[in-house]
Amino acid sequence: MIVFDKPKSLTDAPLHYCPGCTHGIIHRLVAEAMDELGIEGQSIGVAPVGCAVMAYNYFACDMVQAAHGRAPAVATGLKRADPSKIIFTYQGDGDLASIGTAETVHAAARNENITIIFVNNAIYGMTGGQMAPTSLPGQVTQTSPYGRDTATQGFPIRMCEMLAQLDGASYLERVAVNNVKNVKNAKKAIKKAFQNQIEGKGFSLIEVVSTCPTNWGMTPEKALEWVDEKMIPYYPLGVYKDKYAEEAAK
Amino acid sequence: MKGNEAIAEAAILAGCRHYFGYPITPQTEVAAYMAKRMPKIGGTFLQAESEVAAINMVIGVASTGKRCMTSSSSPGISLKCEGLSYLAGCDLPALVVNVERGGPGLGGIQPSQSDYFQATRGSGHGDFRMIVLAPASVQEMADLTVKGFDLAEKYRVTTMLLADGTMGQMMEPVSLEAPAVTEYDKSWAVTGTNCERKHNIINSLSLIPEELEQQNIERFERYAKIEENETMYEEFMMEDAEIAIVAFGVAARISKNAILAAREKGIKVGLIRPITLWPFPKAPIAKAAAQVKEFISVEMNMGQMIEDVKLAIGCSRPVSLVNRVGGMIPSPEQVLARIEEIAGGNGK
Repeated sequence: MIVFDKPKSLTDAPLHYCPGCTHGIIHRLVAEAMDELGIEGQSIGVAPVGCAVMAYNYFACDMVQAAHGRAPAVATGLKRADPSKIIFTYQGDGDLASIGTAETVHAAARNENITIIFVNNAIYGMTGGQMAPTSLPGQVTQTSPYGRDTATQGFPIRMCEMLAQLDGASYLERVAVNNVKNVKNAKKAIKKAFQNQIEGKGFSLIEVVSTCPTNWGMTPEKALEWVDEKMIPYYPLGVYKDKYAEEAAK
Repeated sequence: MKGNEAIAEAAILAGCRHYFGYPITPQTEVAAYMAKRMPKIGGTFLQAESEVAAINMVIGVASTGKRCMTSSSSPGISLKCEGLSYLAGCDLPALVVNVERGGPGLGGIQPSQSDYFQATRGSGHGDFRMIVLAPASVQEMADLTVKGFDLAEKYRVTTMLLADGTMGQMMEPVSLEAPAVTEYDKSWAVTGTNCERKHNIINSLSLIPEELEQQNIERFERYAKIEENETMYEEFMMEDAEIAIVAFGVAARISKNAILAAREKGIKVGLIRPITLWPFPKAPIAKAAAQVKEFISVEMNMGQMIEDVKLAIGCSRPVSLVNRVGGMIPSPEQVLARIEEIAGGNGK
């Protein structure tokens, strides 16, 4: 009996991600959620610009590759074209929280019935490790070689907290994938974000605190520890908004 | 009906049910019309957060194979250029309307034709073309909108309807009929695999140079077919013309008035009016060079199309420019004065 297999929502293409990168885990969680909900054939994914740019080769559903930051706008078009389809975007921090901030905020404000998987690893990975909108104060990157100086380079953006201010957003949760317990929680949140869309509940965004051992200059193991030591204290895990749970509680 | 409204209603008749836009003068009537009509016919009108978002929403709908459009005016089109490049790179069909105003920068809000270069050459990074249609009446605003959707789907390209503030605001009678819509192959579209086929991918990324080169070559083979099959123009009083005016859009209408006045004075002058700015009607202009002594390019810019006129005739005849810019419109008298100068210089 096979107890562990590749989700059918993933293709057989070998992932190009660096050793120790958590994109692979997150891809798998998204695919497992699609499998379990039986939505692969009805889903259309939107790939970002950044490390996950070639996600279109990995997810077995129909895929569109969007310009940098524009995935929520492309997803809006896809959803409005056929509301019966399940539309998700898969975006990194530079894509979603910097060049695509407006698209993200307004898709949330419209309560666009889409699912966003936001991978926050606090750095631009694809271009070789530049400072991201979510890079931590003091974090050393190629473009903050002396550490992110908040006086001149500003502060990180906490997207879940920011979007939680909007009446439009339905479901916002921050999760991590640096240990088994967190991976299980992440899976639950991602599945719920898809389930919400199936039920027409509107905008769901799951922020996944992720790693970039290559550009952080750490071993994969050390990177997982760094998530606990540095990332999670700045980006606390949890549900930032669950409109329907709040309404049910009233 | 206003020109801008004619575009909107014609788009609906052509089967467009998705419109995305952002407010900008002087094309606002298109959005206002769509906002009223779309909800009543089960369509989507969405005022996007930006021009950039609007064109990307168009990309989303176009990816599913459905007819969709956006409209804007010059500064807004500059913002859409990123999306125009992606539309081309993804080989997606869409209709984009530019109701031009004076520039550069924020410019003004009065009519202009100063986006000719942008529309025919520089509408985004990379090697690509758009079909560019230039209406000269409210009826043509409607007809070319319908035609634009068809051409876009036939060749999987973006069609740009390039009008100007005058055309957009002008009121004329217009006859609107639902066109027969040709169904083109859409097996490339993302509509969900239903677990019955391999996934479709809409994508402009190609990291292997040999593959990217081949894609560009294939795209330009398609462009060559467009040049061969879809070039449109109107000739007016060209049969015996000794002077040829080349003008499009509202400048062509003004030129016709000047031609009629010149003819009354016995000057043999005619007009070649490009209806497609790309593909540019090189052949009829080249043919006219064998017949006429001189060309006049009448434009509402500092002289942009004139370069294409010179290229078309290999600089074999003098080509002069009659123009106004910044929202100013050339008068028939201004055009007539130039015609008379040339005619006088030729011994008349």
